[in-house]
Amino acid sequence: MARKISMKQAINEAIDQEMARDPSVIMMGEDIVGGAGADGERDAWGGVLGVTKGLYAKHGDRLLDTPLSESAYVGAAIGAACCGLRPIAELMFVDFMGVCFDQIYNQAAKFRYMFGGKAETPVVIRAMCGAGFRAAAQHSQMLTPLFTHIPGLKVICPSTPYDTKGLLVQSIRDNDPVIFLEHKNLYGFEGEVPEALYAIPFGEANVLRDGKGATIVTYGLMVHRALDAAAALAKEGVECEVIDLRTLSPIDMDTVLDSVEKTGHLVCVDEANPRCSIAADVSAQVAQQAFGALKGPIEMVTAPHTPVPFSPVLEDLYIPSAAQIAAAVKRSRAGGKH
Amino acid sequence: MNQAITPLVMPKWGLEMRQGTVSGWLVDEGTRIAVGTPVVDVETDKISNAVEAPDAGLLRRKVAKDGEVLPVKGLLAVLAEPEVSDAEIDAFVAAFEVPAVGEGEADEAAAFAWTEVAGIRVRHARRGPEAGVPVLFVHGFGGDLGNWLFNLDVVAEKAPVLALDLPGHGQSDARLPGTSLTALADFVAAFLDQLGIERVHWVGHSMGGAVGAQLALQQPQRLASLTLVTSAGLGPEIDAAYIDGFVHAASRRELKPVVEMLFADPSLVSRQLLDDLLRYKRIDGVTELLGALSGALFGGGVQHTLPALQLQPAQLPLLVVWGEQDRVIPAAHARAAPAGATTAVLAGAGHMVMMEKAGEFNALVCKHLAR
Repeated sequence: MARKISMKQAINEAIDQEMARDPSVIMMGEDIVGGAGADGERDAWGGVLGVTKGLYAKHGDRLLDTPLSESAYVGAAIGAACCGLRPIAELMFVDFMGVCFDQIYNQAAKFRYMFGGKAETPVVIRAMCGAGFRAAAQHSQMLTPLFTHIPGLKVICPSTPYDTKGLLVQSIRDNDPVIFLEHKNLYGFEGEVPEALYAIPFGEANVLRDGKGATIVTYGLMVHRALDAAAALAKEGVECEVIDLRTLSPIDMDTVLDSVEKTGHLVCVDEANPRCSIAADVSAQVAQQAFGALKGPIEMVTAPHTPVPFSPVLEDLYIPSAAQIAAAVKRSRAGGKH
Repeated sequence: MNQAITPLVMPKWGLEMRQGTVSGWLVDEGTRIAVGTPVVDVETDKISNAVEAPDAGLLRRKVAKDGEVLPVKGLLAVLAEPEVSDAEIDAFVAAFEVPAVGEGEADEAAAFAWTEVAGIRVRHARRGPEAGVPVLFVHGFGGDLGNWLFNLDVVAEKAPVLALDLPGHGQSDARLPGTSLTALADFVAAFLDQLGIERVHWVGHSMGGAVGAQLALQQPQRLASLTLVTSAGLGPEIDAAYIDGFVHAASRRELKPVVEMLFADPSLVSRQLLDDLLRYKRIDGVTELLGALSGALFGGGVQHTLPALQLQPAQLPLLVVWGEQDRVIPAAHARAAPAGATTAVLAGAGHMVMMEKAGEFNALVCKHLAR
């Protein structure tokens, strides 16, 4: 499996291969084809960062350029899903989900429940997430907790090209609404990806590093910071287990609990703001279900409770660093002493 | 280099290994070791195993420390007789240079080749000299050529070596030419035709052994010898729980206890080994294909075709190797081998005997090839 591709290419390949396999897969979004009035060069854009480039040439009008009206086309995608298609709606940034929240949390998320299991809504809503792109407070948020909070939505945030392809394929095949969030600073990240189609089931965390010294639980871009921290700690003789949740809803607490039973220390890392975050959720569940295994306080490493700063210096400080993660591991192992 | 000093170096386990981590010494300095003595535990990305001494001698110096990461062929230890002074050993260690091994992706790509046979893309690897009858390694149900990681490079020092991923397995296309031993045997014969190879020494593990036995019955001229490793085709029993568990396991949690059944020492099942298996099993079509194949060959926990019982060792030299603690196919099947076969049942090993007792296994195969 020597072929390496970027996360951006992995997204493109997953959509391309699923569209080729299943004629009910369609896609809608802003500039995903070429933008208004772009005849002749209609394939020029492929979305704000070129993720869908080349798909229009292969799949034609199953890719629809939409007006700048997320509430309209997200609603249309959800409606199309109810009527038998498998639409993928792309928003440029997760930050824009706000304008279509009724469609997402009050409609799509409720149909299966309110129609007694008789209605299915196989829609995927993709968007970029995360800070570090110098895109300021309205284009940089990590809003994973908002969607994870809502029953009826599945929430995915991958960290590698391999997981991205397999989880996006699963998202398209899944019969429930899936919020699929892609960290924009991982788009260029390369890894080995099979050319063949494959699907990774939801609800299975990935263990990326074994260790008995502490458990670091995270997802998305922070996986790589956690691995950097674990590598630094290993040089000091502390071996950490690094768990990539991959899917936030459903969440694989079994893998987390098994690991904490072994290590006795938990550090939750989340690029989201701290209140009601994924880190807070995992911490609470471990405190409740594995309290007896804990040998030190649970530590959380998150962004501060502020908007993402536009100042590059402050933005870099805002995002949790490997050094902060390593320090948190040490604090927990020292019984909470700072 | 001082001729009185023998270096013990980091082995290369498998085509992709670049380096290994020393995870624990099993003998002390001053111990006299024999060929095959386990000397030091080494971990790689894929698996942990003991390095067995390729040479006999007195262990004078452990050069690598616990936890140290060494490249392939890096110096682990030094063997020398008591006459050799410590100063000479110091000089040997200081002057030791790690021989160059291929680096990076170019080397990895060169390690594997792909050939299309009957519309199915097949991954294979060749090692060792050009001349001579190649030794073909054929893995078992759900396996791939990586199962031979401790064997290929060692046997390649004596003879040309060829290993493939069977259709529907490993990185070959996820399609089958059929679900019978005959269909698989015909496919491998066509694969050999494609490479212009007339005869091979066939080394087959589990299902791969039964396929070899089937080919020996269909086209006896294709085989120079046959080695059956914890092989199917010698008796009806096979563990249905293993087969069904392997086919249907969808997560690491479900797969781990199943894969542990393959080894006498379950701690050999690393996270990476499970992840690699899951990556294979998640490819579209693989679960269905494994279900169809296992149903046809061993549905209901019974092996339906037993070609190895009809082999004639007088015409075809036959070696049968088993792991005493095999939980998938009982080691008692070794006794069912036709008269004239050489049989060896190795203690402390399970179904993956060629991994767990690699040193003994490699010695048996090399001896068999020399006959």
